[in-house]
Amino acid sequence: MTPRLGKDLTALETLSAEQILLILDTAEAFKEVSERPIKKVPALRGKTIVNLFFEASTRTRISFEFAEKRLSADTVNVATGGSSVSKGETLVDTARNLEAMRIDMVVIRHPASGSADFLGKRIRSNVINAGDGKHEHPTQGLLDILTLRDRFGSLSGLKVAICGDVLHSRVARSNIWGLKKLGADVAVCGPPSLMPRNVSELGVEVFTRIEDAIRWADALNVLRLQLERMTSGFIPSLREYNRVFGVTRERLERASDKLIVMHPGPMNRGVEIDSDVADGPRSVILPQVTNGVAIRMAVLYLLAGGGPDWQQQGGSE
Amino acid sequence: MTSRSTLLDDRAIARALTRMASELVEQCHGTDDVLLVGIQRRGVELAARLSRLIEGLEGHPIASGKLDITLYRDDLQAVGPRPVVGETRLPTALDGRTIVIVDDVLYTGRTIRAALDELADFGRPRRILLCVLVDRGGRELPIQPDIVGLRQVIGPKDRIDVLITELDGRDAVELVRAE
Repeated sequence: MTPRLGKDLTALETLSAEQILLILDTAEAFKEVSERPIKKVPALRGKTIVNLFFEASTRTRISFEFAEKRLSADTVNVATGGSSVSKGETLVDTARNLEAMRIDMVVIRHPASGSADFLGKRIRSNVINAGDGKHEHPTQGLLDILTLRDRFGSLSGLKVAICGDVLHSRVARSNIWGLKKLGADVAVCGPPSLMPRNVSELGVEVFTRIEDAIRWADALNVLRLQLERMTSGFIPSLREYNRVFGVTRERLERASDKLIVMHPGPMNRGVEIDSDVADGPRSVILPQVTNGVAIRMAVLYLLAGGGPDWQQQGGSE
Repeated sequence: MTSRSTLLDDRAIARALTRMASELVEQCHGTDDVLLVGIQRRGVELAARLSRLIEGLEGHPIASGKLDITLYRDDLQAVGPRPVVGETRLPTALDGRTIVIVDDVLYTGRTIRAALDELADFGRPRRILLCVLVDRGGRELPIQPDIVGLRQVIGPKDRIDVLITELDGRDAVELVRAE
């Protein structure tokens, strides 16, 4: 039987390998839609989707919006500035008010870990997590995995090193869960101050020298140094970070020919990644962006059939 | 309980396809600007067979593509698992061409309605024809085929199974009757 996704997509941790593969295979078909002369199919005609962004985002929000529009859904963007959210309305009140206007799906980004799941259990609409605090960013994890599969064919036994600010990164967590379920070997690399405690309990190798990670890996996923989440004291200086952990052309000269470099964006050029690398032949950063739209179309399409699990879960309170 | 009987065996399918290929070339006045479009999945295999037969008749290859109509279905509003989306691959320019839609079984006509809508989003063909291996009757929309392998009107509870070697290991058209 074909696996199904259920009502919400809040994390890759809770999906099975079969469900992840269903999303990847569906995205494969959706890639072609964005190449058509008319980049639009009627699959979500009549569905109303709210993009509820409690944190700044350009790439993810635009990517979701393209995906929604290419599926013919009607979309409304709600950002924190200038909405009742800034007047102290709670998350659930905001969502319930939107639901009272008869919406079908909510894409949510929120600074609190677990907020997408919290919301999904309390409203009937489908909820998609577009990043919740330091927890997960499942569609980013999926698009990274799709990009790896495009390049290497299979994920089984593939060595992926996630480099940099793992501590603050929801992208890292979604990648680790998703890649491990599909049989890849995952490592993390970065300064100890930017590693979560007990990181090896996630079942990953830990490198403290970037040179070791580069020698080991088939692919590097270079994380953004999340300067806005750092209050103080995580790294001595940006220049020193680049000198010790930066992914530079010199460091990649000794790497295997097939090594590719990913970055979820937005990049701090000259900090975690040098421009030579970001714009160089090993970079798949722009294919990642292209795949992002296909992944989000696939997730929206697959969830749109997920009826409210609401009754069984007794979600009301 | 169901009973299963063979309507066409492999040799009968081969004969039907040979005749359909000739009719297709005749109705299209040759193969210039003709594009065969197979509907996923068995239509794609049948279009490939017709393409080889037409190449044998005309001495040069005929253009072909594949179409998945899932995203244009009129029952996507229903709650339930989403149908699997297959590959669509069409040349970008359909304007002015003659398109022959190829499918295995024609029943309600809803698949063909979806295919016509989808093709319209790719361009403006000069003419569109419909070619099916089996027409089982039971139309719910005003859609009729131009080239047919076998006409066999059956009841709504009965089913036609088209088996294709590439997908099913053998060629056959079978009638499955509900009893």
